[in-house]
Amino acid sequence: MKEHELRALIGEVKGGKLSRRTFIHRMVALGLTAPMASQMLDFVGVARADTGFKYKPTKRGGGGALRILYWQAPTLLNPHFATGTKDQDASRIFYEPLAGWDSDGNLVPSLAAEIPSRENGGLAADGKSVTWKLKKGVKWHDGKPFTADDVVFTWEYAADPATATVTSGTYKEVKVEKVDDLTVKVLFDKPTPFWADAFVGTAGMIIPKHLFADFKGEKSRDAPTNLKPVGTSAFKFVDFKPGDMLRAEANPDYHVPNQPYFDTLEVKGGGDAVSAARAVLQTGEYDYAWNMQVEDAILKRLETGGKGEVHVVPGGNIEFIQLNSTDPWTEVDGERSSIKTKHPAFSDPAVRQAMMLLVDRKSVEDHIYGRTGVATANFLNNPERFRSKATKFEFNVAKATEILEKAGWKKGADGVREKGGVKLKFVYQTSINAPRQKNQAIVKQAAQQAGIDLELKSVVASVFFSSDVANPDTYPKFYADMQMYTTTMAQPDPDRFMNQYCSWELATKDNKWQGRNASRFRNDEYDKAYKAAQGELDPVKRAALFIRMNEIVVGEENGTIIPVVYRPRAHSRSKTLKADISGWDSDTWAVARWYREA
Amino acid sequence: MGYYILRRLLIAIPSLLGISVVLFTVLALAPGDPFEELATNPAVPPEVRMALRAKFGLDDPVAVRYVRWISAMAQGDWGFSFVSRVNVDDLILQRLGVTLFVIGTSQILSLLIAIPVGVIAATRPYSLFDQIANTLAFVGFSLPTFFTGLLLILVFSIWLDWLPFVYQADIKATGWQWYWQHVRQAIMPIMVLGLFQGASLVRYVRSAVLDVIRLDYVTTARAKGLGERVVIVKHVVRNALIPVVTLVALQMPAIFGGAIVTEQIFRIPGIGSLLISSILANDTPVIMAVTFVFACLVVLFNLIADILYGWLDPRITFR
Repeated sequence: MKEHELRALIGEVKGGKLSRRTFIHRMVALGLTAPMASQMLDFVGVARADTGFKYKPTKRGGGGALRILYWQAPTLLNPHFATGTKDQDASRIFYEPLAGWDSDGNLVPSLAAEIPSRENGGLAADGKSVTWKLKKGVKWHDGKPFTADDVVFTWEYAADPATATVTSGTYKEVKVEKVDDLTVKVLFDKPTPFWADAFVGTAGMIIPKHLFADFKGEKSRDAPTNLKPVGTSAFKFVDFKPGDMLRAEANPDYHVPNQPYFDTLEVKGGGDAVSAARAVLQTGEYDYAWNMQVEDAILKRLETGGKGEVHVVPGGNIEFIQLNSTDPWTEVDGERSSIKTKHPAFSDPAVRQAMMLLVDRKSVEDHIYGRTGVATANFLNNPERFRSKATKFEFNVAKATEILEKAGWKKGADGVREKGGVKLKFVYQTSINAPRQKNQAIVKQAAQQAGIDLELKSVVASVFFSSDVANPDTYPKFYADMQMYTTTMAQPDPDRFMNQYCSWELATKDNKWQGRNASRFRNDEYDKAYKAAQGELDPVKRAALFIRMNEIVVGEENGTIIPVVYRPRAHSRSKTLKADISGWDSDTWAVARWYREA
Repeated sequence: MGYYILRRLLIAIPSLLGISVVLFTVLALAPGDPFEELATNPAVPPEVRMALRAKFGLDDPVAVRYVRWISAMAQGDWGFSFVSRVNVDDLILQRLGVTLFVIGTSQILSLLIAIPVGVIAATRPYSLFDQIANTLAFVGFSLPTFFTGLLLILVFSIWLDWLPFVYQADIKATGWQWYWQHVRQAIMPIMVLGLFQGASLVRYVRSAVLDVIRLDYVTTARAKGLGERVVIVKHVVRNALIPVVTLVALQMPAIFGGAIVTEQIFRIPGIGSLLISSILANDTPVIMAVTFVFACLVVLFNLIADILYGWLDPRITFR
């Protein structure tokens, strides 16, 4: 989709012909993230829609206990040390950012008085600063007032390399200034279109200066507050046993009237995903269970228990196959898959196109993932405004055969095609995980029909995803012809997500395979488009650039990426529980607004 | 006796050191990375992971890390968990009570079943009761705990909906309600562990009693006109239990092992589930500490078994 087409669509939304929601959904279908879509509409001044979640209770409390089950238990409660979503979600029960992302990708203020925009003067015209106005009268759980000092301190804390926070990527390149007690200014080195990163969403939780000031840098581990959080949220800390149980109670001084509905909250951890689903769907022991990594057939059977339902929310996670652009079987300067080599077969676009036609995404969706994996042709799926409409997927063995024949790949005596001494025999690796092995088998079968021999390899997840430089089986080393895994898109803006195909991110021996570009994809047009998008302040132009980048990586001409399914986040929920869950933020981002309805 | 215990404890030190070296090397050589989840998250720059590795000393050679660990351990510093950043001894202490409660009660349950059943089966060998007891015992210890655990959940939680299958260590109720809820949630895990243990003990008790019941002094006791009950309880069982007691002591570590799986199934926050989640998260300090505690338990219970044996059977002397 080109820029002018996007503008036409936005015009329709403005004129009321197209609903805001349909527009966003259509953009997600193009491979954009919802927050980017709504940013585009905000930019041209289309009024904001209702997010669809209505909080009905008219007084605070009275809701009894809210029981949440995490099959991986939270282990720490400092959001800046959170190693996974379990810790982020648990921290979010106590801490709040300035703003969070709703399921349509809109910014919703938490500790901010309003969302910065051009109109209210929050966004600088040159794109080099954002000014946040903070909400008045907010108090920490211990009664101390929340001020701009806390926000500035959070930046100092997270950006300090000695503290080694997991959020440092968000904070190390910005500067934060206090304007007055209730105003802070975030400064960027260069025009930054995606300004809503620091102090927003999962990485943005503000921590109290008065409790953490003595524990910055080297001493960060000793802070008692790491395990006994004091935040600003709707729930106050009661008790925490790492890896087992977290208890909280309603905050009577919460800064939003009539919230929260629930009097107490508990998060129990441990066990496995199937029995967690069972405790919500079948026996009703719990109200909410996180991250349902369970085959859909099992979930459907459990749902007949009648106590709860499975909900899916769109997010940016995608399960995809990479075709190696380099030769994994030749060693150059002590590394295989070196960027100095070319893959003997995949350097021929015909072979790549054939592979793309041989992945039966529809079957993968229908028979493996169900509601938890939606077949897609795009690498960048959500928010909708970044999703390309030009791409489509097809499963067609006959067409693949024809393409290979035409390109001169002829079947040998063993039924495997070859050309000039190169055989179409590939090693296809992934991590050990039942759906992935089924997926490998589906691809192998189709490939065989077309005369391509796939050798399936599965690596234990703890090895495959490790950063162990000495191990040859990790995904950044990519010592195979093809590999498959899921990459997560934690943020609604694709800026950091799409850098995994930039040539300067290549994973090589020189950078100890720390570069994010594991597929060894290289394309000048892509690099240029990415650089342009980084400085492009017009969200429409920027969206068009991201759509183009997506089309390059999955395209027939230069693409080496085969998207398989995008993985919406699934959770189990009691039928009586009303919860506002967003795929762009923590599951618990709006836990203050959860309520029960008989 | 005192000298014997002292000597045994001194011998235990080099073997524990050896165990710790093996454990540490295996863990250090095993692939995996405690910061794996950060690796696939694009929002986290790789430098953070590298900085964390350097900060926690993961990049040093194995030997250096071992010496650091063992010298800290000797000073009572168990290190801290990479994932929760809590001191390891705190984590273990937090969970010890639950594990001891579950294992203790299931051990009592298994003895309560095994001793009477084994004794009655031995006094009437090859009777119908003996046959049934033997068959059930065979079935009992052939079924692994993870299977019986899931079976019980299916029957009592899902079909009948009588018992909860998620264990809560801190129940907020008071008075009778507190006891009642504790019993309700503990029944299934304790049954699983206790029945498994009881099933294997039944066969030992039976054969121990059979050994003793044929001895001359039992015939003498009968001949002097003692009632059957007195003969069995006072003369037979007392002597037959000597090997059983040692066996129970020797099997304690195995029970801890069985509890690992059971704790995971029922979400009991004990040491076993701590071990499993640490293994999954590659949290080396915690894995190291928990396995080391288990190793100490094995050594300790071996010692206890030997001492008990000598105490129960005066024919054995300590030298």
